Amino acid sequence: MSTALHTSDQDGLAQPDRAGQPAAALGDRLFRLLTGGAAWLVLILLLGAAGSMAWGGREAFQTFGWSFITSKDWDAVGHQFGALVPIYGTIVSSLIAMIVAVPISFGIATFLAEVAPRWMRGPIGMAIELLAAVPSIIYGMWGLFVFAPFMSEHVEPWLTEHWATLPLVGVLFDGPPIGIGMLTAGIILGIMTIPFISSVMRDVFQAIPPALRESAFALGATPWEVVCKVTLPHTRSAVMGAIFLGLGRALGETMAVTFVLGNAHDFSLSLLMPGNSIAAAIANEFTEADSPIYHSALIALGFLLFVVTFIVLAIAKFMLLRIERKGR
Amino acid sequence: MSRQPMNPIVRRRQITNAIALVLATGATLFGLLWLVWILWTTITQGASALSPALFTQMTPPPGEEGGLLNAFYGSAVMIVLAIVVGTPIGILAGTYLSEFGKTSALAETIRFINDILLSAPSIVVGLFIYELVVTTTGHFSGYAGGLALGMILLPVVVRTTDEALRLIPNQLREAGLALGLPQWKVVGYVIYRSASTGIATGVLLGVARISGETAPLLFTALNNQYWSTDLSAPMANVPVVIFQYAMSPYDSWHALAWAGAFVVTAFVLALSIAVRLFLRPRSFK
Repeated sequence: MSTALHTSDQDGLAQPDRAGQPAAALGDRLFRLLTGGAAWLVLILLLGAAGSMAWGGREAFQTFGWSFITSKDWDAVGHQFGALVPIYGTIVSSLIAMIVAVPISFGIATFLAEVAPRWMRGPIGMAIELLAAVPSIIYGMWGLFVFAPFMSEHVEPWLTEHWATLPLVGVLFDGPPIGIGMLTAGIILGIMTIPFISSVMRDVFQAIPPALRESAFALGATPWEVVCKVTLPHTRSAVMGAIFLGLGRALGETMAVTFVLGNAHDFSLSLLMPGNSIAAAIANEFTEADSPIYHSALIALGFLLFVVTFIVLAIAKFMLLRIERKGR
Repeated sequence: MSRQPMNPIVRRRQITNAIALVLATGATLFGLLWLVWILWTTITQGASALSPALFTQMTPPPGEEGGLLNAFYGSAVMIVLAIVVGTPIGILAGTYLSEFGKTSALAETIRFINDILLSAPSIVVGLFIYELVVTTTGHFSGYAGGLALGMILLPVVVRTTDEALRLIPNQLREAGLALGLPQWKVVGYVIYRSASTGIATGVLLGVARISGETAPLLFTALNNQYWSTDLSAPMANVPVVIFQYAMSPYDSWHALAWAGAFVVTAFVLALSIAVRLFLRPRSFK
């Protein structure tokens, strides 16, 4: 700090009093323009991304209209494209991910807030966050070569045997144990989103006023009661925000899903069957798309994905902002 | 345990508490289990495929021996390009947010949009750059790949710069201004210097993030089997090679994919850990 001040001091002294002023004002205006322009660029990039994909997908939207979303035909040769199967796959795999990730993340946040001794919190929090740093293609490879065989040998036969006979939900687990499919993809997505959800939850848990927690403890509440009767009600919107943030990540996750989802444009209720997701369909087929309408259909899929993740992430951000304001 | 019979309500609450805390601990162990499992797989599979040839030979045709030299080179070039493109713009935009925009509506909007870009699906970035660069120039290129990675790096740098600059006490700015310095010099000579660790954190975390990105490279840089230093042509890169080799039916390609995965994961994790340990203990989402 002292060296920084020293340099600026010298620079300041080197400047002549009056003659330097217009130059300084010009420099300031240029600097403001430059930084402001860079900031606007962030907005322009987002609008540009949305605009370019809407433009690239216009042919598909014009040709198929609403049936692009409601039809499950995906025929590259006959030029018929309907996005229902990838849309369904994206939603279902993300829902499975949330079913896996939300309770686990809540448990991790509770552990870090109430159970772990202080010295343990940093290293464990960091270890969980490293899960997020592992590139998604590594999850994909691991999923394809290690986790999918594990599912097909140990988990899926058991599911088919015990759960497929259940009423209503049985059909979800009725299928061949091939390992690759919606359930495997959903679980991997869940693991990938755990660090995002749990670290936001931990941060908001730690941000609640200490007096609130202390007064609950003073009344004789157990740590669990503090979490579910004080912390959770106080941070409800931020916890929802964390979940939506994870959902946004899961919806758009590409490589891990591409490896284990099977890229099948067949509609199936069973979670054990291969399916497709929007992101996986684009990744798998984009460079193979040989007709303009095929291309356009894939970009239109990208536009849908962009709009949906934008909405989900915006909701997440709003909910997280609410707790920030509350805290101030 | 006390000698008196315990109040049943207290007892029930304590049991609930114990069960909940055990479950929370279990959830944490469950989370760590996956990290260990994935790392173990990557290390055992990747280390056995490691060899000097990995760094000295080109990507081979099926069934033959080879390495990933051209892919490592391509990845390095595109990451450098992404840093060159993304870092200055990101730092300038972050500077605007903290020094000029502050809490104005425009600045808050840009922060909001930037946070969404930060979590936006990277495949969407790939499609955008495809539309912007590949369709206009007519071919896949290393430039397009570098730009796509730069666009993923940018929001990370914007956010960390904004946060790092806002941590600098106002007295420092006032001291500079009181000496008669124009604002751009105060920021350039004083504020940036004090916030340099925070800004560096952002750049390095961004690099860790883009090093393993695959989806945006699939249709921007594509891939190249051969040694290519031409940025205006399709360029080999590690993630796409891993993707193609892992999806292939050949065992020798699988081994190379694992070796590539090992190197990328080791690089990304080492960078993330180093940043968290040495530059800034606070986490960054």
